[in-house]
Amino acid sequence: MSELTLVGLTAILRESAGEDESSTLQGDIMDAEFSELGYDSIALMETAGRIQIDYGVVLADDVVVQARTPRELLRLVNRSISGV
Amino acid sequence: MTATVVTGMGVMAPTGLGTRRFWERTMAGQAAIGRITAFDPEQYSSKLAGEITGFAPGEHLTGRLLPQTDRMTRLALVAADWALQDAAVDAAALPEFGLGVVTASSAGGFEFGHRELDKLWRRGPEHVSAYQSFAWFYAVNTGQISIRHGMRGPSGALVTEQAGGLDAVAQARRQVRGGVAAMVCGSVDGSPCPWGWVAQLAGGRISRSEDPGRAYLPFDVDAAGYVPGDGGALFVLESEDGAQERGVSSWHGEIAGYAATFDPPPGSGRPPTLLRAIELALADAGIDADGIDVVFADGAGVPELDRAEADALRAVFGAYGVPVTVPKTMTGRLGGGGSALDLAAALLTLRHGEIPPTVNVSRPRPEYELDLVTQPRQGPVSVALVLARGYGGFNAAMVVTRRGENELNSGRKAE
Repeated sequence: MSELTLVGLTAILRESAGEDESSTLQGDIMDAEFSELGYDSIALMETAGRIQIDYGVVLADDVVVQARTPRELLRLVNRSISGV
Repeated sequence: MTATVVTGMGVMAPTGLGTRRFWERTMAGQAAIGRITAFDPEQYSSKLAGEITGFAPGEHLTGRLLPQTDRMTRLALVAADWALQDAAVDAAALPEFGLGVVTASSAGGFEFGHRELDKLWRRGPEHVSAYQSFAWFYAVNTGQISIRHGMRGPSGALVTEQAGGLDAVAQARRQVRGGVAAMVCGSVDGSPCPWGWVAQLAGGRISRSEDPGRAYLPFDVDAAGYVPGDGGALFVLESEDGAQERGVSSWHGEIAGYAATFDPPPGSGRPPTLLRAIELALADAGIDADGIDVVFADGAGVPELDRAEADALRAVFGAYGVPVTVPKTMTGRLGGGGSALDLAAALLTLRHGEIPPTVNVSRPRPEYELDLVTQPRQGPVSVALVLARGYGGFNAAMVVTRRGENELNSGRKAE
């Protein structure tokens, strides 16, 4: 299984939790906080559900909501993918 | 006590999106009942509904809201926007707890829940949306409206089926009387999906006619059930003093009286309590029966319920004692949204001095002795009574009045 990239993550965010017209998912958002991007804890759980389906990675709800930024979420997902 | 007045209105009806379009089409007597398009109704015993068409949620709501909202929530969010714009309420200028919301819902976000149940059984639990946690819920419209506008005042959700629209407005009036600056209230309701449809069919009151012009005939000799629909209306309530203090000099009308009653259980031998609700609402308004200029009837379209309502009206007003109309013959019954839409129609009747018609009813039962308004009727209307009965025994009656010369300029619209 290939790694989840920022591009892949933003696509999942858009599809599962939507995106405002004043697009906030462009540019360097790797370290932007999800709350600033407009995504709350339920949006992250919804996103984690999609990641589970597409990448086979199971992230517990209480784990996924600890990820504050895309970088932190990608680290959680890709650590699972690589089995480390 | 200062009066509670309606300073804003947002209408979402099968007959029109927005107050102006709704009223034009309603006065023209153009119904919006037809074969269901939201799903294929072929296998069901009833196939007609009053559906909202032409609503494009993406034109009104951000992309973030769409994955987490049922259709009726999207309609409610836009209706609330329009009501607040109509009232020209600046939420930021109000005290922190000065703006609240009460809505009524008879089924919650049924269509959303239907889709997620379909995913659960077809594809597995991991495919169920996290948003299902709240999107289906009866209180979801209240929650989403309060979040959207930063409302931190009192909030609530009422579940009394068709009576809900009036009950929610009455609850908002209590909050305004208690000192809350402004309340958004009313109901936008409806569940246009197979799951919602079979739930309604189980009630046994849905017309099986496939003729849109003959399916819903309240008080008619051929009455044989009603047609469901979706939509409703939301309002902004304020105290008259508060509205004047912020510079508002015109409004739609006053919520002058209200009462709710609950019917005794079937088989008790005791009579239904709609009559009592009417009497209590008139007493609450301090208005005699001869002060009522028009009644917006519940109009169940079920013979024994029509008879009960006609009996109550005759007991209060006498034979042919007051004009009675059922404009929901154009939209079907919208759950909690139905009585909210009737309240909107009553307020518009006060403003414009014209009573909307009851369509398709050509042979009202003579023994009901009702002055049924089957053609638009012109003439000043100062006081209107709105009635609603919710499945399960709920009755609500609300009296609305023009107050002084405070009529809104009919050119001002929030659409």
